[in-house]
Amino acid sequence: MPSNDERWLDAEAGPVVRPYALTQGRTRHTGDSFDLVATVMATRIFGDPSSLAPEHISVLQLARVPTTVADIASDVDLPLGVVRIILADLRELGLVVISTPVVMAERVDKHTLREVLNGLRGL
Amino acid sequence: MDYGVSDVAGGDRQYRAIKILLAGGFGVGKTTLVGAVSEIRPLRTEEPLTEGSLRTDSTVGVEGKTTTTVAMDFGRISLRSDLVLYLFGTPGQQRFWFMWDELAIGALGAVVLADTRRLADSFPAIDYFERRQIPFIVALNCFEGARRYETEDVRLALDLDPDLPIILCDARSKESAKEVLIALVEHVLVTASEEPLSGIA
Repeated sequence: MPSNDERWLDAEAGPVVRPYALTQGRTRHTGDSFDLVATVMATRIFGDPSSLAPEHISVLQLARVPTTVADIASDVDLPLGVVRIILADLRELGLVVISTPVVMAERVDKHTLREVLNGLRGL
Repeated sequence: MDYGVSDVAGGDRQYRAIKILLAGGFGVGKTTLVGAVSEIRPLRTEEPLTEGSLRTDSTVGVEGKTTTTVAMDFGRISLRSDLVLYLFGTPGQQRFWFMWDELAIGALGAVVLADTRRLADSFPAIDYFERRQIPFIVALNCFEGARRYETEDVRLALDLDPDLPIILCDARSKESAKEVLIALVEHVLVTASEEPLSGIA
């Protein structure tokens, strides 16, 4: 929510402002926060893409297979903060599910650690 | 979390993304190491301009600017289709700690990459991981022309615990980078066996 004491940025503020035009100037996303490697999955095929902004559609398409917030941000080449807002919008519309990986809840468990170890040795 | 949603594509097995942090001073070879074992992916993020960065970054003419775009790399290693390792190279300077805080939550552990010619550059990273009890190891990137120190000399210089692994590496080599990651995971396994999970938020 914009507040009165929020500093507003003018044209000289540089490249960070422009991407946020995509988010109608919002710099914080709605709802629960999510990790950089939280998994994003599209819930269903969206019927009316015309009502979404092109960036939202791009993000939605990337989420057709389980992917992470970081991967999406890299693929769409938008700042992370912008991607987070877009993802939160899509979540609010029920178009994506953003899940914090189970292992993130605590320290990585031993079973997973051994799997990682074996995977690394096999590279 | 309602993770078991079955109406999503490929939702049979849980997709597990595991974070490993790679910290160290500027130019120590973080990106080189990430690139040696994985495909590098660029990520744009934003940094609030703090007093620390205002002193070092020229902001003449942009006095109203409070954030700046920071490029960050990460690497992705698919160990299995449902188990993927993410390597995040974190800028070493203390003014980037706001980024570390997010990256550190739930991370498997961290590698502090150090250059023996500039050991002091790794102090902030070591401090950070020690304070937050995030398991880490120290990898000494053996730059050509750098004097080879005994790892025990480095341990003394960095005031590290006797059981904290310090290994030598060549950040350009895939095998060497792999060894670094393996050493970290082995260290985390040992640490996990020793202490019960404490209430680290």
